[in-house]
Amino acid sequence: MSSRPELQAPPEIFYDDTEARKYTSSSRIVEIQAKLSERAVELLALPDDGVPRLLLDIGCGSGLSGETLTENGHQWIGLDISQSMLDIALEREVEGDLILGDMGQGLGLRPGVIDGAISISAIQWLCNADKSSHEPRLRLKAFFGSLYKCLARGARAAFQVYPENLAQRELILSYAMRAGFAGGVVVDFPHSTKKRKEYIVLTCGPPSISTAVPKGKGEEGESCSDDESSGDEENQTVSISDRHRPRKKQKTNKKGKGREWILRKKEQMRRKGNTVPPDTKYTGRKRKARF
Amino acid sequence: MRLLTHNMLSSNIKGVTNGFPLRIEAEKVVEKQVEINHDFLRNIFPKIEWKAFVDASRILGYAELPEEAPEPSVLESDHEFLGKFHHALLELHIEEGALVCPETGRKFPINKGIPNMLLHEDEV
Repeated sequence: MSSRPELQAPPEIFYDDTEARKYTSSSRIVEIQAKLSERAVELLALPDDGVPRLLLDIGCGSGLSGETLTENGHQWIGLDISQSMLDIALEREVEGDLILGDMGQGLGLRPGVIDGAISISAIQWLCNADKSSHEPRLRLKAFFGSLYKCLARGARAAFQVYPENLAQRELILSYAMRAGFAGGVVVDFPHSTKKRKEYIVLTCGPPSISTAVPKGKGEEGESCSDDESSGDEENQTVSISDRHRPRKKQKTNKKGKGREWILRKKEQMRRKGNTVPPDTKYTGRKRKARF
Repeated sequence: MRLLTHNMLSSNIKGVTNGFPLRIEAEKVVEKQVEINHDFLRNIFPKIEWKAFVDASRILGYAELPEEAPEPSVLESDHEFLGKFHHALLELHIEEGALVCPETGRKFPINKGIPNMLLHEDEV
């Protein structure tokens, strides 16, 4: 069976009492959700003046992401389709207001009142047709259209999503653009299969400098260029070496892997988002003979 | 549900042109103390539909707010007014009751403070 919950049942049925309880009692999920929402708030790029904003949490579930918003000092309104999840949120006494609603039916909010919207792992549900009356395209259109309306000018929306495939991401983005949003996808840790996270960052209003999509984590251009130059050096040594030597021996000489190699491997791990000790003068240094 | 949220919500039924404000039918109202934040109040004030807000607060039995929206300059200094505004906006919770669409009369029930805004298939 697939591990994607979207393929198993509609959200209001999949997240029943047991599933909702499981979701919130797993410390692993709680931690991941907190991290994702922290990053989403960061991507909203709200002005750093300490003024609390009114934010929207779409697919708020049991209020895990809302708690991050509260910690950041903001007021929020949460929307979710699963009554069981909202019941858990009530139990946890979250600070924000909760609404039982379906994002695919459009958000019933007044125009221009919301300062920002986040959504953690929820938007991909829109791409499913769970009832005969559901048409994913219409639901996406209703959602993004109403979202564009209720956001204040210049406000941002940051949605963390798990698109199933390229086509699904394209579909979501194309409807966001059609609604008038500017923006794109931010990918954190693109080199790692496990830590890779995608965020759709949208800005309400015409394209400008402020609507530029922020950079993802773990994909700095600097480290890439470093890699290229070190690659060149390697090529040079290879071209000099004896071509009749077996391949394997070319790579490891008597001295071992060497500092260069270690640094490269560490950079690789860093790009995958793993915790790597910093590079110091001790990195790859040979031990003394008397050790 | 707080009046802050009520002031933002509007009816989303197909064909309804002006779904705001939703009429409140309150059965149970509770008060929860929240810390006051003047910056937030100043930030949110221009976005509040004052008339709907005052009417809603009266329905919940809080009649301290002025009928007419005050000048934004009042917010800078008048701490008494800020206190009242804060109380009505963030401390009054509708626990049980209903929201009624002003055009169609459709009822959205509120249970345990959560309004059920799910639409039927023919209302989308």
